[in-house]
Order: sequence, then structure tokens, then C-alpha cells
Amino acid sequence: MTSRIVILGGGTGGTLTANRLRRTYSADQATITVVDQDDRHVYQPGLLFVPFGLTHADDIVRPRERQLHHGIDFIESAIDRVDVEADEVHLENGVTLGYDVLVVATGARLVPEETEGLTGPGWMEKVFTFYTPEGAGALAGALSTFDHGRLVVNVVDMPIKCPVAPLEFLFLADWYFTERGVRDDVELVYATPLDGAFTKPVASQQLGGMLADRGIELVTEFNTGEVDGEGGRLIAYDEREVSFDLAVVIPLHGGAEYVGRSPGLGDAVDFIPADEHTLQSKVAPNIFVIGDAANVPASKAGSVTHFEGETLVGNVERFLAGEPLEAGFDGHANCFIETGFHKALLIDFNYDTEPLPGHFPSKVGLPLLKESRLNHLGKLLFQSVYWHSLLPGRDLPGLSSVMPTAGKHAAGPPAAAVPEEDRS
Amino acid sequence: MTTDTIAGTTVDRNEEGFFTDPTQWAEEMAPELAKAEGIDELTDAHWTVIRFMRSEYFDKGTGPTVRLLGKTSGVSVKELYQLFPKGPAKIAARIAGIPKPRGCI
Repeated sequence: MTSRIVILGGGTGGTLTANRLRRTYSADQATITVVDQDDRHVYQPGLLFVPFGLTHADDIVRPRERQLHHGIDFIESAIDRVDVEADEVHLENGVTLGYDVLVVATGARLVPEETEGLTGPGWMEKVFTFYTPEGAGALAGALSTFDHGRLVVNVVDMPIKCPVAPLEFLFLADWYFTERGVRDDVELVYATPLDGAFTKPVASQQLGGMLADRGIELVTEFNTGEVDGEGGRLIAYDEREVSFDLAVVIPLHGGAEYVGRSPGLGDAVDFIPADEHTLQSKVAPNIFVIGDAANVPASKAGSVTHFEGETLVGNVERFLAGEPLEAGFDGHANCFIETGFHKALLIDFNYDTEPLPGHFPSKVGLPLLKESRLNHLGKLLFQSVYWHSLLPGRDLPGLSSVMPTAGKHAAGPPAAAVPEEDRS
Repeated sequence: MTTDTIAGTTVDRNEEGFFTDPTQWAEEMAPELAKAEGIDELTDAHWTVIRFMRSEYFDKGTGPTVRLLGKTSGVSVKELYQLFPKGPAKIAARIAGIPKPRGCI
């Protein structure tokens, strides 16, 4: 019997899952269909560099279909809804796809309209986001003429994709304005809903120190309720205000829109509840979730999605074979943090262990939680690795799905005593 | 971790003032816990939020964030900040005797 596997979303998670599954199953064993609303696969880590003129939005986009191996069907259509009871996906083009296994990989969606005033007067003029190719491109124009004033980076609320990106933006802005000789005329501010620079204690301290060293002001526990674009003010729910001449806002995130139209599929903000170790959804046993679409306590980041791939594909196979699933995913995340001046920092962590100093993946390797030129080169090289190894679903040499511990200094509090992610 | 006596009963709380065992909590503790957070009187709206926090915690394993509270508790985010000015999710969690709500990383 031929199993029908339907994958919703042709981004990082959907593509690497489809390619891995295609290698696993012959055409007789399974049909694999990927659905996406468009054919533009964005290398999202590249968005960070667009505002500073380091890359162009067009250079980080490729066709989705071309990243999929031979023998995978690609349908370009928006999704209307999933009928969880009937094991069917209804597409907006009128097609209905029945499935034996559904993999949800439709990621996170920006919902700027949920914040009062954010998309009102001033949006894309003095209030921008770099989380879309369009926004990052427009911001590049605004930054190129910005030579004095107050630039505020604001995260409206968690979760967001790549929680370190706002910090990287500030580090790069510090470098960018320094290179242009106007750094003394530009104030840089980071307004975050968290109670520190980052969610994890040791890294938060380190990154907070790096902001202070660069003269970047940190405003914590700032929960943006309203953006006044014309008046240049961010207004928090507790009535505190942060003024700006240019605001770079990371809007609220939610899951894909069709999730809200699919009874029983998602949570209140359209992410799909899933088991954090098996990646099976809590909705139905034949629905699995990978990447940003999942409501699991892991970072919404490409590295997490990559590490999830191995567990997810193994569990799809086990499910179809009627075998028990493996609780294989440990929450592993691995992020290069660009810090400007051709340097970067690397952090590596999972559900139980916060980012620690040391070396990755073992005693000989890239320095962790410490700025280095090597890490910057790693970050630059990664784009090629992404298109040529990660999306095809290959295991990357030296980068195992399970978090390595060999080169880490168990400094700071033991993992068990680390409090849950700090936020209210 | 510290051991405190609230409304005549011994409870365990962590260094941030969150209950480590939500089953140690009882409704009669809420007024005293609220006072410590600067809330002198618990209204019906406060109680709606407190009960909602607890039911979400026991249902999902973590208390909701402010945004989820605003979407699912029937109390808007603006009202939540009027009720718990210093941060609805965190303060309500302390009064409701549940661990700190787990945000996303």
C-alpha cells in the first residue's frame, strides 16, 4: 500500500522533511506532496544583513520547488483548512488532499496589525521591521540616510523567530554607524519585554554586558501596547514611554492563518501543540509538527528545525510502521550571534542546558559565548550550507542533533537550578 | 527556596516568590499574597484571572503569557494591566500560587 504524506509549508522544515522522506521511501511506498502559498523560499538568517547593505533581499530568495528532490509533488496554493477528523487538507485552489500522515511546517506569521498603531501612520516611513524581505529592504533605505537621532529596537512580545536577531541588529547598527563616522550622534536603545537582554541567565548577562560596552541602552520588561508613529513614541501597557526617531519593531508572531480556520488544530495564537520530544502533535496521532509552527518550548530558529528533522522523520517512519515513537529531540539550538566588526559569538543549548562558555562541538572547536572572527566566518559560510546541505536533508558533519557537552564549561548554576525562561 | 507561612499554612516558594508546589495553595491565601504585590483588594475580575491561571496551569503545565491571557481569559490586556499593574502574568501567577509562566525562548 502506498502511504500518502502531505507536508504543509515549503520552508526550512517542510523542505528538509520532504527530502529526507523521499530518500527513505520509494515511490511505491509513499507519495510526498508539499503545499505552499508561494514559490519564494527566503533564507531568513540573511534578512539581518539587508538593512545594512551587506546583502540584497533578492539574493536571499530562491524558488521553493527547486529545493525539493525529484519525486516530490509541489502544489502552489494557499491552504483553506485542515479537517482533522477526515484526514483531509482543503486548498484554496479547490483541491482536497487526503493524507495518512500530515506534517505541519507552515512556520510563524507576523501579525503587526495586532499592536495598536503599529501599521498606522509612520509604518514603513519611520517604523520598520526587518523580519520580511520587503521591510528589510525599506529599512536599508531609511538607515542609509539616518545620521543622527534615536534608533529604538523593540520586541513587542515573545515568541519571535530567532530571539537573538534583535541583539544582532543592534550590534551591527553600532558597527554600521561607527563605520559611517556618526556613531556619536546616534542613540541606540533596546526595549524588550524580557527582564534582561536574553532569556537564558548566563547568556543574558554576557549579552547585556556587550550592550553596555557599546553604549546601547537597555529597557526591560517593556510590554508595548501602542505605537505612535507620528509622535515617535512606543507606549507600554504600564504607561511607560520610549521615544524614537526611527523604530525597528519585531511584531507579534502567530501561526499560519489557516490554522485558525481548522477546528482543533492550533492554540489561541495558531501554533500547533506538539510533544516536545517526539514532535507528534497533540491534535491527532497522524499529525506531526516541525519548526516555528510548533508550540514547543524551543527557540523558533532554523537550527532547531534542522535538529528536529532527524527525530521527526524517524517518528513518521515509526508511526507508519506501527512502532512506538522515539522521544529523540532534546531542544537543541545552535546560533551564531553577529556582533559587528567582523566578529560573532556562538551559543549552543537545549531544553535542559542553557548556553555555556567553552568550545563547540568539543574542546577543539569554535569558541562559545565569546566573540571571534572564526564565528563570523561560520555565520557567513552558513548560507551555502543551508541551500546545499541543510535543505537537502543531509546530516551536517560535526553538528549532531543531540547537543554536545564535551567542550563546555559547566560554569554558573547547574542546569537543574536554572529558572524557567524569564518573562511574564 | 524559602518556606513561608501564608494564612496560617506553610508553603514553599522559590527565590522569585513563585510557589514550587501549586497544590500547597488555597483560596484564602490569595488576599495576603495580593497585598504583598501591592493589591489591597481582590475584585471579581482579579479572581477571574487567578482561577483562569490555575486552570491553565493544571491543564497545560504552564501558566499563560499576557498575550494568551488577553486572548483566552475574557479579560483584555489593557484591563489585565489595570488589575495587575506590575505585570499581569507574573503577578497573577504569584497570587495564584503557580510557577512563573514559561515564555518562549
